[in-house]
Amino acid sequence: MEQFFFFLFAAGAVISALLVISRRNVMHCALFLVLTFFFVAAIFVLLKAEFLAAVQVLVYAGAIMVLFTFVIFLVHIPRTEKIRQTFRQKNLALALGLLLGLEVAYILYGTMAAPASLPAAAPVGAVGNTESFGVALFTRFLFPFEVVSVLLLAAMIGAIVLAKKEIDR
Amino acid sequence: MVPLSHYLIVSAALFAIGVAGVLVRRNAIIIFLSIEIMLNAVNLTFVAFSRFLDSLSGQIIVFFVMTVAAAEAAVGLAIIVSIYRNRESVDVDRVNLLKG
Repeated sequence: MEQFFFFLFAAGAVISALLVISRRNVMHCALFLVLTFFFVAAIFVLLKAEFLAAVQVLVYAGAIMVLFTFVIFLVHIPRTEKIRQTFRQKNLALALGLLLGLEVAYILYGTMAAPASLPAAAPVGAVGNTESFGVALFTRFLFPFEVVSVLLLAAMIGAIVLAKKEIDR
Repeated sequence: MVPLSHYLIVSAALFAIGVAGVLVRRNAIIIFLSIEIMLNAVNLTFVAFSRFLDSLSGQIIVFFVMTVAAAEAAVGLAIIVSIYRNRESVDVDRVNLLKG
């Protein structure tokens, strides 16, 4: 049963990712990316990372994609459709991308075949994924957490400075 | 029971699709979408290893990767908006002032 759902979600993620990079209309690409995020979130649930699955849907499929959608609204879509779809070196790029994928898959498959069995007791089973995640985040990883908050503040200020119109003096 | 290698192969496939998208497409917004696909592929790897190595650290780092992705998307989209305002286009081939 788990295998069936894994293959379903994996195929869904890969197919919708392929649609993201092949559709002409930017809005369709963004919506297929949301679909990809949902499939990856489903795979997270299979991996017993429920909290990250929820964050994936809320932050990625929710917040970040809303940001993308607003920028797509700001940009004139018919004009972007006139952009020639691909670079001239399309075939070369596809071949190189395929080669990269095969290389990574081969290396990972070769080296990681060893611990194929799961650890008996999942770390998250006893107390719940979200609770153990929160305890780790606010004890061992408290400093990175604070650093990331400063990073978000910097990104927010940077985005405002970059996107605002010049003020005439 | 799905073995670890299956998850890693899905992740590799997603990453390669993202790379191909960045290389092939010329619309700046779609290039950004492809970068998000790559970040998601790496997140999938982290979560799979976290499950199979019995450690929460992998999930914590995915949390931080998501935060950095949000910051990156905000700044990158602001750059796209200001490029569009200057050039009336999001075609990366037309952003060539730095071309030597």
